Amino acid sequence: MFNTAMTMSDLMFLLKGAGMTLAVTGVSVAAGTVMGILFGVIRVQIGPWWAAPLTFILDIFRSVPLLIQLVLGNAFQSIAKLGWGPFTTSCVILSLYTAAYCTEIVRGAIDAVPPTTRRAARSLGMTWGQDMRHIVAPLATRIALPSWIGLTLGVMKDSSLVLWLGLIELLRASQILVTRLQEPLFILTVCGLIYFLLSFPVARLGGYLEKRWSND
Amino acid sequence: MFNYTFHWHQALRALPQMLDGALVTLQIALLSMAIGLACAITLTLMRLSGNRLLGGLARSWVEIARNTPALFQIYMAHFGLGSFGIHLSPYTALLAGIAFNNAGYLAENFRGALKAIPDTQTRAGRSLGMSSLQAFRLIVLPQMLRVAFLPMTNQMVWAILMTSLGVTVGMNTDLAGITQELNARSFRTFEFFAIAAVIYYLIAKAVTLAARLIAWRMFRY
Repeated sequence: MFNTAMTMSDLMFLLKGAGMTLAVTGVSVAAGTVMGILFGVIRVQIGPWWAAPLTFILDIFRSVPLLIQLVLGNAFQSIAKLGWGPFTTSCVILSLYTAAYCTEIVRGAIDAVPPTTRRAARSLGMTWGQDMRHIVAPLATRIALPSWIGLTLGVMKDSSLVLWLGLIELLRASQILVTRLQEPLFILTVCGLIYFLLSFPVARLGGYLEKRWSND
Repeated sequence: MFNYTFHWHQALRALPQMLDGALVTLQIALLSMAIGLACAITLTLMRLSGNRLLGGLARSWVEIARNTPALFQIYMAHFGLGSFGIHLSPYTALLAGIAFNNAGYLAENFRGALKAIPDTQTRAGRSLGMSSLQAFRLIVLPQMLRVAFLPMTNQMVWAILMTSLGVTVGMNTDLAGITQELNARSFRTFEFFAIAAVIYYLIAKAVTLAARLIAWRMFRY
């Protein structure tokens, strides 16, 4: 196990795969968060009855395996002749997937802001927008951030599924190397180590923030 | 609108086959949950034991399970273990991967749940003459399972969704595997996978509902 045929350029290949993982994650989380905040505010604002269709659609993204969603998305884009490459398709599906979870986080965080605080703000003459910006946003962010970090890490791990569409991200890159070098254990361990190094520090930060911010 | 004719009939004819696959999916999910639960309780005990080696082992299991993709864990079980001469079938590899993942997440849930159970209860049990294992089994465990019931339900849904990953290691008897095989034969990708998505959705909802009923039945006072 200690003498391996893996060379420096192979390691670079893996790191390039990791770069692809990060790119897909970055784009999806950014787009998903924007959509999630939007949907979350809408859901809180118009009440559970009017938001039912939105809730239902977002629930689908959380109850169907991501792999199936990716395959369906890819099939759909070829049926509709959108001409998207695997990267675009993966990002679109992952963004919607992220948005579905982010909506729940945002909704929960807004609901956790005490209504009395918001009413006090409105009584002081703040508009709805001012209330949202100066009262709800800072308080809700504190509640939402740890879960949002968890979601981001989840999306990073789930982004490994885009290999099914032929995108060469970290896991697919290591699979290619395994096929070539026939050293599955070593290469997969390196791959797992890269995932771990990407995820663990951020997970720790999330845990720290949760502890730090929950006591006051 | 699209220059494409949907062939739902052809896909619907394969429905019984896909429902058989759904049963396999459910079976793997339930088995992985049972194994994961047993492992998670063991991990929690190891963490509580105060033994540094056992605690460290349990912590590494949890951190590895939570910080690497589930697909990676399944790959590790399927391809990685081959280096030790252990060759798992896709079914076993999938089950092992998901069970490993479940155990990590459940153990973390249990750690959170334990905080809700005062230490004094264990001490009271001990002063009544229970052994520490008895105190854990009879006092801590039932409460821990109740507090962690909702996260456990979520984990069960996750387990069902994760079974779809088996198709990447050549699993061909569960819902995703059968769908992929039908798809490879007919290239009606959208129709087959849309039906699979509906079935997955229904399974996930049924499990959530069942869990809610169980919770209502078990935890009402």
